[in-house]
Amino acid sequence: MADIFDAYALADAWDEMFERPGEVRTAYEPVLAALQPIEPSELRFRADQMARAFTDRGVTYAFAGEERPWPLDLVPRILDALEWDLIQRGVSQRVRALEAYLADAYGPARAFEDGVVPWRLLLNSPHFHRAAHGVEPPGGVRIHVAGIDLVRDEAGDFRVLEDNVRVPSGVSYVIENRRAMTRIFPSLFSEQHVVPVDGYAQRLLAALRAAAPDGAQDPRVVVLTPGPSNAAYFEHALLARLMGVQLVEGHDLVCRGNRVWMRTTRGEVPVHVVYRRLDDDFLDPLHFRPDSVIGCPGIMSAALAGHVTLANAVGNGIADDKLLYTYVPDLIRYYLSEEPVLPNVESFRPDEPGQLEAVLDQIDQLVVKPVDGAGGQGIVIGPKADAATLERTRKAVLADPRGFIAQRPVALSTSPTLAGERMAPRHIDLRPFAVNDGNDVWVLPGGLTRVALQEGNLIVNSSQGGGSKDTWVLAEGPAEPPAPAAEGASGLPEVAPRQHGPDGTPTVVQEGAQQQ
Amino acid sequence: MSDVILSRIAEALTWTGRYVERADATGRILDAYLHRLLEDPWRDEDLACRSLYAILGVDAGDERVDMQQVLDQLAFDAHSTCSIEGALGAARLNARSAREAVSSEMWECLNSTWHALADQRLAARRTGPYAYLELVRRRAALFFGLADSTMSRDDSWRFVVLGRSLERVDMTVRLLSVRVLDAAHAPDWPTLLSASGADEAYARVHSGFGDTPRVAQFLLLDRDFPRSALHALTTAEECLSALGRPRQDPARRPIGRLRTRLEYLDSQALEDQLPLLLSDLQQACMASAEAVEQRFFPHQGPVEWAQEGA
Repeated sequence: MADIFDAYALADAWDEMFERPGEVRTAYEPVLAALQPIEPSELRFRADQMARAFTDRGVTYAFAGEERPWPLDLVPRILDALEWDLIQRGVSQRVRALEAYLADAYGPARAFEDGVVPWRLLLNSPHFHRAAHGVEPPGGVRIHVAGIDLVRDEAGDFRVLEDNVRVPSGVSYVIENRRAMTRIFPSLFSEQHVVPVDGYAQRLLAALRAAAPDGAQDPRVVVLTPGPSNAAYFEHALLARLMGVQLVEGHDLVCRGNRVWMRTTRGEVPVHVVYRRLDDDFLDPLHFRPDSVIGCPGIMSAALAGHVTLANAVGNGIADDKLLYTYVPDLIRYYLSEEPVLPNVESFRPDEPGQLEAVLDQIDQLVVKPVDGAGGQGIVIGPKADAATLERTRKAVLADPRGFIAQRPVALSTSPTLAGERMAPRHIDLRPFAVNDGNDVWVLPGGLTRVALQEGNLIVNSSQGGGSKDTWVLAEGPAEPPAPAAEGASGLPEVAPRQHGPDGTPTVVQEGAQQQ
Repeated sequence: MSDVILSRIAEALTWTGRYVERADATGRILDAYLHRLLEDPWRDEDLACRSLYAILGVDAGDERVDMQQVLDQLAFDAHSTCSIEGALGAARLNARSAREAVSSEMWECLNSTWHALADQRLAARRTGPYAYLELVRRRAALFFGLADSTMSRDDSWRFVVLGRSLERVDMTVRLLSVRVLDAAHAPDWPTLLSASGADEAYARVHSGFGDTPRVAQFLLLDRDFPRSALHALTTAEECLSALGRPRQDPARRPIGRLRTRLEYLDSQALEDQLPLLLSDLQQACMASAEAVEQRFFPHQGPVEWAQEGA
């Protein structure tokens, strides 16, 4: 019988499913056992079914101007309890350190005075907003939601690739991927103890409400979207719906007297917390880009006056600048007095004396990234680049050393992925999502695993044609038994007997009714 | 938190209800006409098609028209909200921009319908439009069924129902207008009834005997049939009274007046006044829709922020 794993040849990287050819890792045994007997055509059928369901449900993303079903691969990515514990601690630690950095940078600036981070890092950052200086956000939270990108290196160690603390997106796909997978492989879920992901929206809403300005009795939270034409509109709508809050566009809001109101059929209603899904630059034409029509004029002043909370806070960009990334391990030690749980990828700062030459010399062996590029744009992978590209990159770095970092290339781990009718290794990464309510940084169990669908490709962003996988965090030991029913349920609940139609015998209920 | 609803969302919901109803009614009308045309080979195709155009308010032009052209224009034209496909496309876009207000099931219903239409349109070229028209009817029923069973009876739901009701009055009036105002293009009464989905309900009430005055009476005045003008007006008025507070509601007043007029109309008066009544009904619906727009979804003027800057 044809086996979909027959042609599976391990790449030169850590493979998530196979330790060695034919030798499956423990956590993956049930999945392999479930997948292996499936005929390729059957697998393809299920994949097509899933794509159709995504299309019908509107779970799509824009690729090259076209609405495509969200690409979910059928093979899940599995993290056992130990791996998850590490990731969860590492992500939470990272967010706490970045929070501390933001509070410091927009406040006393101790880390700069103490020489942990050079002043120029802050002052040269295009994301440093004077408007955010001196603002004390409610609960001290500036990063309400974070997405920390992780990769797994050749040795199987997780490393942080980048931090996203501005407007990280993708969490809706975690929720949708799980929903789709439980429908396609129901039996697998009943056998394994996969930690659920459906608590995200409630956590987020609780954190957003906790971030409301003082004095807001029953704070009103809204999600601010650029509108249906935005690539992430699906996510904005999903989060608003799951939280049960309004999804507003800029022109639904109006600012008056440094307060924010939304236009409703019953007049203008005050808004206290805006979970905004647009970048700083587009938020308020009065403060930022005057040509932006998707924001809300005056919202920044309302935030400065403390009448509305913007989540995430304005100016967070200084914390996910890729150059700052290289300092995060130091920041963890400095602010938290802890050792980093998750290491960075080895990085160079062309900006720093001495390192520029080192970077230029070995540019053909390094990955060069613009410090504020997004979506994999502008990244040059030295070992794969041609001479002309390398020369161009060398010149660009020389002209603007502050604008780039360089990293040792990491062969991201691979995971079996359906390619045509066969399994093939494809590189993956992981974006766990953290929610900070001011007391606790909670990490959604799992996160978004992205897949580079082309062979050998190391860039996994969906804007570059990447796919995704459902990420399973396995609970330690057997799943907890379901909680007992509501209080007072000493035995079976009392259920009235079923009524029957005319062709049935008269029922107790009908007789009872006649007696009254 | 569901106590208020954004003006923009309210507008989108109203139009979602309107467009789905329009697609449904257009589908029914096309289906009834096609059926008649096939069953009665002596009928003049050109004439029948012209009467269809007249009902739906589309200019037929001077050339001879055939059924295929009618379908292209009234069913498959994605660019006109007077056609089924255009109306469903517009309903989908409206629902999409109000996705946190409509239930997921409602949105999926519209979205999957939209995706299924293309296949059915291709099939219609080979086997005729029946499966296509049936799909539209079923999905419209599913959509409103889902609205009734998955939405709270709050303002969001009321706007959907309001849109549907106003469109329903409009479509019923259009159907009757052709019969009354333009005898040459007139559809016969069974066609008229089945185009409103009312043939069986009517037959039950009138034991199957029909003539135009009685049909008009049924489609306008029947209290119990949900597509009658009276029923749809009553529903629209209920929605508006739950939505509104002002005593002199300019949205409610025109349809309330018409509703009372219909309630106390006897059959002789109906026959005498029919042409006038139909045009009054259409005017009232338009006036009400305009008032709803002004009151609940005022359009923002040009953005002004010069004075807010300080």
